[in-house]
Amino acid sequence: MLPRFWRKIKYRYDIVGSVCETCNTKYYPPRNFCPICRRRSSIKEEMFEGKGKVLSYTVVHDTPEEYKLEKPYIIALIELDNGPVITSQVVCSENEIRTGMRVKKAFRKYFEDGEDGIIYYGTKFVPDED
Amino acid sequence: MKAGVVAYGTYIPRFRIRAEEIARVWGENPENIRSGLGVFQKSIPDIDEDTATISVEAAREAIERSGIDPERIGAIFVGSESHPYAVKPTATIVGDALGCGNFFHAADFEFACKAGTAGIQTCLGMVKSRMIEFGLAIGADTSQSAPGDPLEYSASAGGAAFIIGDKPIAEIESTLSFTSDTPDFWRREGQPYPSHGGRFTGTPAYFRHVISAARKIMEENGYKAEDFDYAVFHQPNGKFPVRAARMLGFRKEQIEQGLVVRMVGNTYSGSSILGFSAVLDIAKPGEKVLLVSFGSGAGSDAFIFNITDRIESYPRKPAVWDKINQGVHVDYSTYLKLRKKIKMK
Repeated sequence: MLPRFWRKIKYRYDIVGSVCETCNTKYYPPRNFCPICRRRSSIKEEMFEGKGKVLSYTVVHDTPEEYKLEKPYIIALIELDNGPVITSQVVCSENEIRTGMRVKKAFRKYFEDGEDGIIYYGTKFVPDED
Repeated sequence: MKAGVVAYGTYIPRFRIRAEEIARVWGENPENIRSGLGVFQKSIPDIDEDTATISVEAAREAIERSGIDPERIGAIFVGSESHPYAVKPTATIVGDALGCGNFFHAADFEFACKAGTAGIQTCLGMVKSRMIEFGLAIGADTSQSAPGDPLEYSASAGGAAFIIGDKPIAEIESTLSFTSDTPDFWRREGQPYPSHGGRFTGTPAYFRHVISAARKIMEENGYKAEDFDYAVFHQPNGKFPVRAARMLGFRKEQIEQGLVVRMVGNTYSGSSILGFSAVLDIAKPGEKVLLVSFGSGAGSDAFIFNITDRIESYPRKPAVWDKINQGVHVDYSTYLKLRKKIKMK
């Protein structure tokens, strides 16, 4: 768990994904191989925009143990501006979330590995309706 | 070489609790709290927020507004008394989240409520000695308070981040510190909540340090209270900074803009610098600002800032007061859950 998360810090602390320069398809989480271009794929890392809009969402009531204090929480498909569609938590109430809502990235805690374990941080989204 | 604040950013969590709601639970008269402490409401962090997340959000705002490449930041100091880890620096998390690369100095500071200004002084020294091009100093806290303790009305969450370099929007003309061994407020290793000396936190602690630092810096630089357009003092409650300002000869209009504590609470390491950020939000070129922090234990850092022409092209929206005036109010039981004060299996 620890080394696996550590290897992904760069991609979780910010929205660092990848783009295939052959077909211009953008991926998040990043891929090191483009399934469309296959052997012609030319992958490079790219930082995507931290803003986008909610395409669809679900409200999670039956949560894993680490998330029970956040119950219910929202997982959404977010179309980033000039970027790919990604899956992420949107931190807001059930009453606020709606399809088409503008959101922006936020640095938050994912979960804690108990009281004496490591704290896992990463990117979530919050409403950006100002 | 002129150096000072080249960029600033702030972060205040969205939840609020009113003093009346806390007073209701503990059988206190809410009017006594409002008039006695001068705190009407305070901010509360979300369940997934802590000093590291607040630090990153405040610093990202400073970077975004200034357009500075994060890899040019040569030092990161995070001042807080609520670092998420006892051992593992918050500054490492901030550096990676901002994309500062790996070649930067990093350390966490702790000096009760003045660890953020201690970071500003350290960055200033490193910039002026040309060790680094830019330094990032952050003061942030999700401050702790025992349920039912008077601290619970004020201990809140928030932070401010400052990038220090040359070509500043607010040049630091002078800075000094006043420090002594004064046991007014402390938290022993492993204890979840701090302890304090009640009224002892006033005269021998807050007032002695804040007044001594302020008088010395004004005297050394040949200024009187009327020479400043704004003054910001550490804000553990709504009363102390107002009284300190009066003792030093400042008028109400000089401190009002930076007096954020009534509506956001005491954000500890973020407290005086959040007030200072609110002043920067409206400051004009040529204006002069006095900032005096205070950290229990105890010490005060004093600064004289001169606002430069560059502030006019620096993006300052949303302003600190805009962020304070937003917010979702919660009840006491939700507050207990958000602050993880409920013991669970």
